[in-house]
Amino acid sequence: MHELLLPDGGGKHLLLGNEAIVRGALEGNVRFVAAYPGTPSSEILDRFHLIGAEAGVYVEYSVNEKVSMEVACAAAVSGVRSLCSMKHVGLNVAADAFMTLAYVGVKAGMVIVVADDPFLHSSQNEQDNRYFAKMGSVPMLEPSTPEEAKRMTTAALELSERHGIPCILRTTTRVNHCRGPVSYGSLPEKGPRGEFRKDPFNLVVIPAVGRKLRLGLLEKLSRLQEEAERSPYNTVEGSGTWGIVTSGVSSLYVADAVRDLGLQERVKVLKLGFTFPHPRRTIREFLHGLEKVLVVEELEPFLEEAVKIVAQEAGLSVHVAGKGVDLIPRAFELDAVKVKMAMANFFRLPYTPPAAFAAPDLPQRPPNLCAGCPHRATYYSVRKVFGDDAVYPSDIGCYTLGILPPLRMADFLICMGSGISTAGGFSKVQDKPVVAFIGDSTFFHSGMTGLVNAVSHDHRFLLVILDNGTTAMTGHQPHPGVELTPQGKVKPKVSLESVVRGCGVERVVTVNPLQVKKMQEALQAMRDAMKEPGVSVLIAKSPCPLFENRMLKKRRKIVFEVDASTCDLCKRCLEELGCPAFSWEQSQGGAQCIRINAALCSGCSVCSQICKSIKPRRIDDSGGEDA
Amino acid sequence: MTEKRGAFESLRIFFTGVGGQGTLLATRLVGQAALEEGLAVTMSEIHGMAQRGGVVESSVVVGTAVSPTIADGEADILMAFEPMEAARALPKCHGESLVIASANPIVPFTVATGRSTYPQIEALRQAVQEKVGRIIWLDTVEAARKAGSERASNMVMIGVLAGTGRLPVSNASWRKALEKTLPGRILEVNRRAFEAGFEVGKASISSR
Repeated sequence: MHELLLPDGGGKHLLLGNEAIVRGALEGNVRFVAAYPGTPSSEILDRFHLIGAEAGVYVEYSVNEKVSMEVACAAAVSGVRSLCSMKHVGLNVAADAFMTLAYVGVKAGMVIVVADDPFLHSSQNEQDNRYFAKMGSVPMLEPSTPEEAKRMTTAALELSERHGIPCILRTTTRVNHCRGPVSYGSLPEKGPRGEFRKDPFNLVVIPAVGRKLRLGLLEKLSRLQEEAERSPYNTVEGSGTWGIVTSGVSSLYVADAVRDLGLQERVKVLKLGFTFPHPRRTIREFLHGLEKVLVVEELEPFLEEAVKIVAQEAGLSVHVAGKGVDLIPRAFELDAVKVKMAMANFFRLPYTPPAAFAAPDLPQRPPNLCAGCPHRATYYSVRKVFGDDAVYPSDIGCYTLGILPPLRMADFLICMGSGISTAGGFSKVQDKPVVAFIGDSTFFHSGMTGLVNAVSHDHRFLLVILDNGTTAMTGHQPHPGVELTPQGKVKPKVSLESVVRGCGVERVVTVNPLQVKKMQEALQAMRDAMKEPGVSVLIAKSPCPLFENRMLKKRRKIVFEVDASTCDLCKRCLEELGCPAFSWEQSQGGAQCIRINAALCSGCSVCSQICKSIKPRRIDDSGGEDA
Repeated sequence: MTEKRGAFESLRIFFTGVGGQGTLLATRLVGQAALEEGLAVTMSEIHGMAQRGGVVESSVVVGTAVSPTIADGEADILMAFEPMEAARALPKCHGESLVIASANPIVPFTVATGRSTYPQIEALRQAVQEKVGRIIWLDTVEAARKAGSERASNMVMIGVLAGTGRLPVSNASWRKALEKTLPGRILEVNRRAFEAGFEVGKASISSR
C-alpha cells in the first residue's frame, strides 16, 4: 500500500508539502482531481495518479489549467468534493473560469491549489496570486509547513462546502517542496455518487443571473470574513509593544528570528493562515496597544496593505511597515537572515548577520538538454536550413533550454502557447523568416487556438512541433497524444497531425529529427513553400529517450565514439551540436582529442550523421545496480 | 547581538550536487534518520533540473529552528557531492562548518566543450579548507565501487556524516532510516556503501 494511503496512527510520515496536500484531500473525502502539471505543484497530481484507483478517486491530467478547473467544478457542483492544482501562472490560464465560478459556487467542497514560485526557481514570473483571491472574492488559506498543508487542505474542503464557494490553498515553492513530519487522520470509506440538480437560474450566468449572484457573492464574503475571525489558523504568540504580522513560510523565518534575537517578550507575532477575507477585527485587536508593526511576507505588500487599512480605519497611530529599503524586499524569497536584518533595522536592534564567504570564480553548470534529446537534433537542422537570421519564437518546456549556447534557438517567449501566436505577429511586421517552436504537451495546452488564428489570418511562418511524446519538463506526465505506456506502444487518443490538419493547416509533415538528412530536406521544402503566405507545420517526432527507457525498458545496443585517427579536431560537433556526452580533452603533453562519454551516449546517432569520424560501437550493456 | 553556536540546539545541513547523483534521496535519508530518532526536522528540496545536469540543492534542518531553508553563512554542515559544487556552496558556510565533500569531479558541459576550464581539485579543496572549521574530502566513487556499486556514492557521503556523530542519531535509527528510504533490492549495496562511509567519518574524529 502506498504511504499516502496508510491508516491513521502509526507515527509521523516524512512527506513533501505536495504529498501532505494529497493526504489532506483524501482525509477530506476528495473524489475528483484534475490538473495540468507545473513546478512546484506537479507532485500533487503525480501522487494522485499513482493511488487514485486504489483510493477511489477519479484523477485526470487535464490539457490545461482552465480545463482542469472546469471539470473539477462540475464535480463539485454535482456534490462530489474536488481538487484542482496548478502553478501560479496556471491560474492566469484558468482565470476566466475562476472569476465566475466564484459567483456560481459549488455544492460540495472544492479546493484550488495555487503554487506560487518566489525567486522563479522554475517559472517565467514571480506573480503573487494572493491578489486573485481578493479579485475573485474567494477565501484563501496559506499553510507554512507540510503538516499545516495537510490540515488546511481538509479545512479548505469543509470551508468551501459550508459556504458554497471554492477555496484557494495558496502555497509557495518552499511549502510544496518542503519535507516534514505529518501525522495522519482517518480516511473516509466512500464518496457519494454525484447528482446534478437542474437550477439554470443559479447555474447559467446570463446577466440577470450574474447580477443576482454578484450580490450573493458579497454576502458570502462577509460570512467568510466572520469565519476568518474565528479561524484556528490565525494565531498570536509572544508579548510586548512591538508586533509582526506574517503568513506562510515567512512565519517560519519570523519564528527563528524572534528566538535567535531573544525577542519573545518584546514582540507579539500574528501568524495568519486564513489570509482572505482578511480577518480585520483580529488584526485590529492585535494592533491595539502596539507601537510598531512589521509585516513580513514574500512578494507583494498584500497583508501590509490590509494592516495599514485596518490601522487607518481604527484611527490607530501605530507605525506599520513592510516592504522597503533595509526592510522586507519585494523581489525573491526571504530567509531567516533577511528577516533578522529587517527586524533589527525596524526595531533598532544590534544584529550582525553571519559573514558569508565569497565563492571562488567557477565555471557555470547550467542545465542542458540531455544526451540523445531529439530537440537538439531538431534545433541543429533548423539552424542549418534557416540560419542565424531567422526569428525563433519559443515556448515553455525542456526545449526552452535551447536558449543556451551552442544552440541559441530561442528568441522570444512570454507564456505557454505564445510561440505560435507571436510568430504570426512577427511575420506580419518584419521580413525575416519566422520559425516557431512548441512542445507537444504545450501545443495541446494552449497552442491550438493560436494555430487556428494563424491559419485564418494567413500568418506566414513555419511551426515546428517538438513531439517527444510526453510532458518531459515536469516529470513525464501524459497528454492526449501519448503513445508510449508501461504496456507498450498504443494508438494515441488524439493524433497530433490530425489536430494540425483539423486546424486548417495544409502543409504538414511529420519527420524523425534523428534522421538528419531527411529532416533537413523536409525543412528545405518547407522553407521553399514559405514563399507563399500561410502556416506550415513540421512535426519533429521522436520520443524523449528518458521516457522511452522508462516505459519500454529499452537497452542501448550501440554507443558512438570518435575515431581519433581521422578526427581533424574541427570541433564542429562541440560547437554546433553541444551534446553533453562530448568532451574536449587535452593531455599533459598537450595532445588534444574529442571524446564521447559512453556512459552518457544514448546511441541516437545524430553526431555520426554529421561527422564521418564518429562511428558506432556495439555494446553489451547488461546494466548495473541502480541507487 | 551575535548568534551563539556550538551546543546542539539546531543543526543546519546543506546538500549540493549535480542532477543524477541521488542527492535528494540522500537528503531524505538524513531526514528520515532524524525523524526515527525523534528529533524535530524540516527539509527543503528544489526539484526540476535533476535530470538535466544542473546543480541540485537541498537542506535538512534539525532541532529548534523551523525555517526549512538555510541562509548564507548558516550551514553547520555542508554535504558536497562534487568538489566544484563544494566551493560554489562556500557562501552557505561559516567559520566552524564541517564540510564533507566528494573529491570526484563531474565535468560541467561548459568545461567539456572547452568554453571554460575545470579548476584543479586540490585548489578547490584548499579554497574550502582555509575558510571552514573542518573538512572531510574523500574519493566517494572508489569507496562505493568497493562496496559494490559506484552509484551508491551518495550513501558513502551519508555514512561519513553518520560516522562523525555530529547529528545526534543512533545507529539503530540510521539502520531503520536506510530500510525505510531504500527499495529492497538495492538496500544491501547501499548499506555497505553507508558503512564504508561511516568508518571514514568515525576515523576522522579519532584522528583529530
